[in-house]
Amino acid sequence: MDAVVGRHWPAGLTRIPYWLYTDPDVLALEQKRIFEGPVWNFLCLETELPTVGDYRTTFVGNMPVVVARAEDAELCAFENRCAHRGALICLDDSGTAKDFQCVYHSWRYDLRGNLRSIAFARGVNGKGGMPADFDMSCHGPRKLRVTTFCGMVFGTLSDDAPEFTAWLGPEIVGRVRRVLGNRRLEIIGRFTQALPNNWKLYFENVRDTYHASLLHLFFATFRITRLSSGGGVLVSETGEHHASATLAPPQGKDSSYEGLRSDKASFRLADPSLLGMHDEFHDDIQLQILSIFPTFVLQQVHNALAVRQIVPRGVDATDLNWTYLGFADDTPELRAHRLKQNNLVGPAGYVSMEDGAVGGFVQRGIAAASEELSVIEMGGAGAETQETRATEASVRGFWKAYRAHMAL
Amino acid sequence: MNAETLFRLASLNTDYANCIDADRLEEWPGLFLEQCLYKITTADNHRRGYAAGLVYADSRAMLTDRVAALREANIYERQSYRHIVGMPALRGGGDITAETPFLVVRTMRDGRMDLFAAGVYLDRVREDGGSLRFAERIVVCDSSRIDTLLAIPL
Repeated sequence: MDAVVGRHWPAGLTRIPYWLYTDPDVLALEQKRIFEGPVWNFLCLETELPTVGDYRTTFVGNMPVVVARAEDAELCAFENRCAHRGALICLDDSGTAKDFQCVYHSWRYDLRGNLRSIAFARGVNGKGGMPADFDMSCHGPRKLRVTTFCGMVFGTLSDDAPEFTAWLGPEIVGRVRRVLGNRRLEIIGRFTQALPNNWKLYFENVRDTYHASLLHLFFATFRITRLSSGGGVLVSETGEHHASATLAPPQGKDSSYEGLRSDKASFRLADPSLLGMHDEFHDDIQLQILSIFPTFVLQQVHNALAVRQIVPRGVDATDLNWTYLGFADDTPELRAHRLKQNNLVGPAGYVSMEDGAVGGFVQRGIAAASEELSVIEMGGAGAETQETRATEASVRGFWKAYRAHMAL
Repeated sequence: MNAETLFRLASLNTDYANCIDADRLEEWPGLFLEQCLYKITTADNHRRGYAAGLVYADSRAMLTDRVAALREANIYERQSYRHIVGMPALRGGGDITAETPFLVVRTMRDGRMDLFAAGVYLDRVREDGGSLRFAERIVVCDSSRIDTLLAIPL
């Protein structure tokens, strides 16, 4: 299959046909060419698997995956699918195990996903059982290559995926290190937001620096991020990854948002303690949103830190898995501030709830428009790094990478 | 004493559900003490001891801000809740503590209805000027999955 049958997509990055968000054939192709292609998918955090035998289930696109810490302390990942009849091998979200046994017919796997034993392999009383030449080493779930970076675990199903940090490039690597550095991560909360839209609409939203202070009144009114603040958007060479940054807000009067809904001077907080930033990164960046193709987001909104994993659930359904973070060396004051500031993000976040809604508005708006095109032309037609956020360069970067991976 | 406490608690819960479901959200912060903790979390987070909430307010003023944001700032589709709140199970301790099950049905503007949330309220309640008020209400949702967004408080 070279393209999606009967579909047309004009060349370039500024016009996106809506069938990409509605056609089940596209989703099936994405599973093969993107999620199982030469990319690194976020799996989980290292801190979730501290000791040998700890495991966690996760997803690569729609593929269920088990991540486990094997006997030599190495992290391993494999498809959560029994080699026998295809049932899930591991039913829990997380836990600790010596090995995994499929509940259906008791086929047993080690922590690396190798098939180790088959119930009644020799039958009963010399009757039945598996053929004598059945080779267990030729049967097993697909395995992923695993890498870790700054406490995060990524996996790939492709032999062609480049070395992880080379794939990110030095600038994105620097921006990840800036937030996660060498500090010991602590999970402080985990929530799933079920989005009523295609996964790409959410990933585009994350990379859309243009919308942030227009949709989100909290951002503009409290000057958490404004297009008139300094900053810019970094797009990796291939378009796959991005990092946007907002520097300290403009001092004094900023009239650039006059007349826009999102700047509401009359809106004030009775308890403004959730605003403001503890200086923990020792630079000018107030807010940084970073994405790693195809499904990972690292968020720093002042001191509210989180990683987000995107899991497609159908053409018009996506799970967004939020993991709120702190560090083991947080002072009590900083930790308390993070808890308050998390009110900005997540399914009930003053900001993020709106991103949960807006993807659904698009999905419903395009119901009859599969051959129509969306327009992505702010800041030109290219996908290069820009010193402004009044651009859609990073959204075009996504499509540049997407077209390359999908060969569309 | 227990019967009276139970009655007053049930009555507080009725007021609570009423002001949310009837869209009298401005009255909702008044059911809490000025220094309070209101947190929406999930059974999984609660069990693991993760401190963060979907909503986290450690003052009545933060609850007032939630309501103001819903009225003036946030973009979300028109929707309403119907709370069904069970009988509080009283727990020991200095303050009145209780655990109360709840269900919330959400009705969207187009008529779609969903069982939006189920869980328990873990409450610490205190006398304040002749009324019972929440010193703490931890909303523990059974599911970790929130459909689309959580705007109106649970």
